[in-house]
Amino acid sequence: MHSPGEGANKAPLIAPLGLLFRRMESGRSVRRRLVAPRRSEPRRCAARADRTDKKGTVSVTTMSSAEPTRRDFLYIATGAAAAVGTGSVLWPMIAQMNPDASTIAAGAPIEVDLAPIAEGQVIKVFWRGKPIFIDHRTKKEIDEARAVNVASLPDPAPDSARVKEGHEQWLVLIAICTHLGCIPLAHQGDYDGFFCPCHGSQYDTAGRIRRGPAPLNLALPPYEFLSDSKIRIG
Amino acid sequence: MSGYTTYQPQNAFMRWLERRLPIVGLVHSSFVVYPTPRNLNYWWTFGGILTFMLAAQIVTGIVLAMHYTPHVDFAFNSVEHIMRDVNYGWLLRYLHANGASMFFLAAYIHMFRSMYYGSYKEPREVLWILGVILLLLMIMTGFMGYVLPWGQMSFWAATVITNLFSAIPIVGESIVTWLWGGYAVGNPTLNRFYSLHYLLPFVIVGVVVLHVWALHVVGQNNPTGIEPQSEKDTVAFTPYATIKDAFLLSVFLLLFAWFVFYVPNFLGHSDNYIPANPAVTPTHIVPEWYYLPFYAILRAIPSKLMGVLALGASIVILAFLPWLDTSPVRSARYRPLYRQFFWVFVVVCVGLGWLGSKPAEGAYVIFARIFTAYYFLHFLVILPLLGRIETPKPLPRSISEDVLGPKRIIATLALAFTLAGFLGSSLPATAAEVESPAKLRWSFAGPLGKFDRGQLQRGFKIYREVCQVCHGLTLVSFRNLAEPGGPGYTPAQAAAVAAEYKVMDGPNDQGEMFERPARPADHFPSPFKNENEARARYNAVPPDLSVIAKARGYERGFPWWVLDLFTQYQEHGPDYMAALLKGYENPPQGVTVPPGTFYNKYFPGHTLAMPPPLTDGRVDYTDGTPATLEQHSRDIAAFLMWAAEPHLENRKRIGLQVMVFLLVFAGLLYLTKKKLWHEVEKPAELARGQDPHGTTI
Repeated sequence: MHSPGEGANKAPLIAPLGLLFRRMESGRSVRRRLVAPRRSEPRRCAARADRTDKKGTVSVTTMSSAEPTRRDFLYIATGAAAAVGTGSVLWPMIAQMNPDASTIAAGAPIEVDLAPIAEGQVIKVFWRGKPIFIDHRTKKEIDEARAVNVASLPDPAPDSARVKEGHEQWLVLIAICTHLGCIPLAHQGDYDGFFCPCHGSQYDTAGRIRRGPAPLNLALPPYEFLSDSKIRIG
Repeated sequence: MSGYTTYQPQNAFMRWLERRLPIVGLVHSSFVVYPTPRNLNYWWTFGGILTFMLAAQIVTGIVLAMHYTPHVDFAFNSVEHIMRDVNYGWLLRYLHANGASMFFLAAYIHMFRSMYYGSYKEPREVLWILGVILLLLMIMTGFMGYVLPWGQMSFWAATVITNLFSAIPIVGESIVTWLWGGYAVGNPTLNRFYSLHYLLPFVIVGVVVLHVWALHVVGQNNPTGIEPQSEKDTVAFTPYATIKDAFLLSVFLLLFAWFVFYVPNFLGHSDNYIPANPAVTPTHIVPEWYYLPFYAILRAIPSKLMGVLALGASIVILAFLPWLDTSPVRSARYRPLYRQFFWVFVVVCVGLGWLGSKPAEGAYVIFARIFTAYYFLHFLVILPLLGRIETPKPLPRSISEDVLGPKRIIATLALAFTLAGFLGSSLPATAAEVESPAKLRWSFAGPLGKFDRGQLQRGFKIYREVCQVCHGLTLVSFRNLAEPGGPGYTPAQAAAVAAEYKVMDGPNDQGEMFERPARPADHFPSPFKNENEARARYNAVPPDLSVIAKARGYERGFPWWVLDLFTQYQEHGPDYMAALLKGYENPPQGVTVPPGTFYNKYFPGHTLAMPPPLTDGRVDYTDGTPATLEQHSRDIAAFLMWAAEPHLENRKRIGLQVMVFLLVFAGLLYLTKKKLWHEVEKPAELARGQDPHGTTI
């Protein structure tokens, strides 16, 4: 049986590729240029001593002065190629978790017919997997929304910025509480608007945050009116 | 693994950690300063390659599991979803499927190397037995993974292999029912195979840890088979073994990438692109190439129980190899007789693989029996006797002495060629009973292949005007028509095409399903609601054409299939389809075809339910291309190739980049390896004419 201990003592102290750079060179000034100085100065000296000891003679240091540069370049090029290769392989593994082509295609705009929605009624439709409130507001609700002092709101926005001009009775919101993603309940809470049962956030009749932990107003999805009674969301 | 570490923590934190969990020291002693014999040849790099392949299979497998659906109704389509829609899904799946083949290839090389150099002998018996257990686990894992795509070969492999257990007397049937979780292979079977296919690789990891542990206790064998006697016989694992492993791994990756990017279905079977059908068994079922030798042994025995036992014994007997081989000399280099018998054994294994791919009839069965008998004879008679009658050649005094002797390249090359032959010759190749289709020139063939946009558009026109009356294209979406690498329509054109189709949607507010115009995100609708309706209407079920170009092919026969690997011939499907569409003839004298069917010289069995669909001038071309039958058949075949492999152009483009990168990388690693090993192979003392035995490495 071989005795591992003895072999190990003489074996160079080398960690994988990164350390190869520092171990194998012997031209001092050259390596300064190519590799950042190491923190462990004493060890480097030890490695050099080991190497000189191994080669035994001065002949090593009298090798052509171009030699260390070529070596360093080779090791750096190999290490760089390995890094590029690893990165290129890693990317597909990461990209595969992004939405796939069918999911993206299924996220196309949807059209919603508003005609069946009675005044005072809120319906919920789905677009890109998200619930969307379509709220046919009453005159009273619109007036309430307009009467608020905008400057006093946590996330100031006038009612006109929450609806489309000429279609003030239609409030279209992404029905996701801006706190932690629960779906608020319509026509509930102190502001006649939306109330999130999870953590008590309250929104008014324009979907603006009024009280509770949510930081922002309910978000508006991109949508447009195709006619007075039809919208396209997305 | 530990015990001789020289690791000195460099800073306070590492010292703190090392006193509590000496993991860095363990890695350092096991994979940095660990002494390896200095004379290891490249056959010793396959352990590292196998570790890499195991990791690669686990990573790609975990990723695929994020998109796969283990249900009989969705499994096949979810695999196609991965191939078509998931970002880089085609790459991940081809890596995983071909990775299994590469894994087995490396494992077999690793095993033959152990056999040649006697690496299983005292004190490495446990190391070897752990290896046999790993092979067994790999076989089980690979088999269950093959079932998951739920194609025809998947389903029938599951049926045949589980039925092996029915050979067990008395309890056999109960065991098979238990394995299935039902009265036949079905959804419960698929679900449990998926679960186990995910579990077993981690069991393999565990056994690999034991395998490496055992290796580091007893040390590596080497080509001389004699143990290192002093430190001058060994070099440190890092950088010397590491860089050598890395170099050969990069060469191995070149082979891997060749399969993945250029011939990804070369090692597979086209029938597995046909969805599982419990009512029809494929005419010639074969396992994946890496199981063929065992499959041949199974079929060689005319008794069911004995066949299954022989199959099991052919693997189990490997575990007894350390005791069956009675010679005290390890390496075949010094065993002139064993060396010859080793090569005979390799040929027999390759031969069994070839026979396993052949139909079980006639002379094939006789040869399979002879080879099976020899397989067992090798272990049970030849090896025990050789150790007694053979006179070994004198062994070198030490590894260092041997290293400085002449190189042995011939055996290395011989083994390489034999294994290449083993890989190749084991591929399915049935006797050609049908005339082979003509090999046509396709714009998408070869490493730089690209689809001809005009041809795809003409082919799509043919599909719409002729094929779609009976054939679905249900895995293809309208949006695909506008995607890069396809027929090159604009999104608006694709949407306009979609709007011409009606798809079922709903339920609406009244709870009714309703028809609406299709959108780009929708799939092409099937022309029939279900198979029963199709049978009632057409007297047959017209196959869906989405993957037909990969689900059809023809046998190339020896030696063409070998050349196909190098010429990247992958167009069996389009060639077959183009030939079939032109292959209608009057039946030859004495042959009658049943009413309602048609004679076609390229169709297996020659009677085809589909009437000749295309004739000269059947479809009007607007781009000035002559509307001949010849042109029609080529155009539709090209279109269907795109439908089956929509990312083909991207695959070949990325493939070229990968091949160039790997060539450069392998070159760099080779040079680095040469530099690093320079002082080992040509010590300064030797260069100055001093006594090489005085050299300290």
